[in-house]
Amino acid sequence: MIQPHGGKLIDRNIKNKKPDTSKLPKFEINTNIAEDILNIANGVFSPLNGFLCKNDLENVLKEKRLENDIAWTIPILLDFDKQDLKDVKEGDTILLKNNETGVESLLELEEIYNIDKKTLAQTVYKTDDIKHPGVANVYNMKEKILGGKITLIDSKIREFDKYNLSPKETRFLFKEKNWREIVAFQTRNPPHIGHEYVQKTALTFVDGIFINPIIGKKKVGDFTDEVILASYETLMQHYYLKERAVMSILRTTMKYAGPREAIHHSIMRKNFGCTHFIVGRDHAGVGNYYGPYDAHEIFSEFPDLGIVPVFFRSFSRCIKCGSVVNDKICPHDQQFHINFSGKKIRELVVNGQVPPEDMMRKEVSETILKFKKPFVE
Amino acid sequence: MSEEEEKKYTTISIPTPLAEKIKKRIKGTGFSSLSSYVTYVLREIISGEKEGDEEAFTKEDEKKVRERLRALGYLE
Repeated sequence: MIQPHGGKLIDRNIKNKKPDTSKLPKFEINTNIAEDILNIANGVFSPLNGFLCKNDLENVLKEKRLENDIAWTIPILLDFDKQDLKDVKEGDTILLKNNETGVESLLELEEIYNIDKKTLAQTVYKTDDIKHPGVANVYNMKEKILGGKITLIDSKIREFDKYNLSPKETRFLFKEKNWREIVAFQTRNPPHIGHEYVQKTALTFVDGIFINPIIGKKKVGDFTDEVILASYETLMQHYYLKERAVMSILRTTMKYAGPREAIHHSIMRKNFGCTHFIVGRDHAGVGNYYGPYDAHEIFSEFPDLGIVPVFFRSFSRCIKCGSVVNDKICPHDQQFHINFSGKKIRELVVNGQVPPEDMMRKEVSETILKFKKPFVE
Repeated sequence: MSEEEEKKYTTISIPTPLAEKIKKRIKGTGFSSLSSYVTYVLREIISGEKEGDEEAFTKEDEKKVRERLRALGYLE
């Protein structure tokens, strides 16, 4: 089994009985930060055992690595208003709470520091344009950053949690299935034929595929989480070998940091026990902020990443070939190619129409159309 | 390197011809220095030795995980 990133799977769940937190300073945190805590505690963000301190942050920005030289590209930060922190100091332990997730976590407060938001935005997102959703989030951050180890003491069961496997659980599952090489596929949409082609092409060379939809906050007009999961269940039931495919959700916020986020996404999948990670065109991109293959090129900076990126470029259906093709295997002109368009599928579904079968499996289309409200409103 | 940074690193001697070979080998790769390559190789060996060190489930937890994975259809 592949080693977790940094060599050890982090587990920051409390081992003994719940401690008395009645005298600790308590702070409400938002759901995104609570999700970060869950991901740290369960090892998804291994080797992080808490929120970044300043030295690590500076190294991540400058070198795309933690201070100990382990590859890490996305800052995981905890921000607070200055006035909220007037009664706490470095060295204190505080309690972080969030209602939606039921997260209760201790934070051993190692450091309180400031950040230069413009530098942070420019370095991580390659732009300081406020229209970029990731940049907007940086500019909305509060002024003080808290670094330190967390210990998760509680969280609650939520919708879709039956699909929410931790890295410890996926590693156990892969061992039980005798899978040595596993390719991970990240998704935020129901599967069309192009997705299936990419997944099955990659699966041909390994033992199993780990389909890992990102669940959580979405934009108006996106397919709902229920639709994405149901459509994948249908596809797997009808078109995948049961012993070769596994689906589990990942609760994390998309940062739209393009190339840097592609590395982050790979690291998370390595922690789940995957040996390969599919990186498509404009992975984790938004608008025109990144080149279509920037997220491929960045991998050359990380020969020590420990997970193999599987790059895919464009794919479409070629009328001449009579099959799904990509730009490496088809000699025919663009005029013979029909692109798989998520936008087109969305338009058809909005009008209650069934997408054509050369774009989406009939069973998948039927599953989506069973939902009265398939889109986020 | 500042004094604080120096504390986090140590010097290890390797034969000069080997160092020269490594320098040639890492040219044009993502490794920025001889040290980063040697660190990577050593880390790989050390983490390889830890195979099987992963924290196992308790019997009770393993039973629960198996049930969960069976319910999802992933285990027989």
